[in-house]
Amino acid sequence: MTTETVEAPRSARVSRRSTNWEKWAWLYMRGSGVLLIVLIFGHLFTNLIADEGGVKAVDFAFVAGKWASPFWQIWDTLMLWLALIHGSNGMRTIVNDYVSNSTLRRIMLVALLASSIVLIVLGTLVIYTFDPCPSGALQSQLPSFCPAQ
Amino acid sequence: MWSWVLHRITGVAIYFFLLVHILDSALLRVSPRAYNAVIDTYKQPIMGIGEAALVAAIMFHALNGIRIILIDFWGGGPKRQRLMFWLVLVVWVILMAGFLPRQIGVILSEF
Repeated sequence: MTTETVEAPRSARVSRRSTNWEKWAWLYMRGSGVLLIVLIFGHLFTNLIADEGGVKAVDFAFVAGKWASPFWQIWDTLMLWLALIHGSNGMRTIVNDYVSNSTLRRIMLVALLASSIVLIVLGTLVIYTFDPCPSGALQSQLPSFCPAQ
Repeated sequence: MWSWVLHRITGVAIYFFLLVHILDSALLRVSPRAYNAVIDTYKQPIMGIGEAALVAAIMFHALNGIRIILIDFWGGGPKRQRLMFWLVLVVWVILMAGFLPRQIGVILSEF
């Protein structure tokens, strides 16, 4: 009877040097979630509750009045970026869970990424290129600080 | 499990509203007339009910999100997850009880 010596496995240890993106995505959902609670509850309060007319007070002049202050511009920019990335990452999780066809899954993930980039760029441009007093508009639809045309 | 299902359903609903809401807000860059025309539809009674549903979804997602964070990061969280789910529902009912009368008032008002 011979004793067999089993060599220690010589396979290299799997490198864990690469960034753990799933961990950062997981952390992002929690961090952005906390910030979004403050941002969105503040947004709902100012736009649906604080003003006497609630949502009926919201129009072009109402938003122009808010965006006259950098405070609300930054508020809305943060909300846009944090919420859309939070939402599309959540949708990514759901797609990964339920779409078993790998081609379809890839198409849906690319569509999610593309639509998120387009909407973040669009929304950011809208906030920072906004003109509160566009020419050719009815005076009654403009904020009160616009000069008479 | 139901907290997980509700978190997904409210999350997807809020996501699709967010897509629409970014696009309707982009009309601010088109003209006051275009923006006001679209935002006026938000003032219809049927949309007022939709806003109440949206706020209900956001509040649940926010409160249950706090619960998830506590389960993940607080040592005593996992043991108390069921209690915290009931707390989520209680706080949600209180918040909605505060918001709904206000929203119904706005829907019925002739502002």
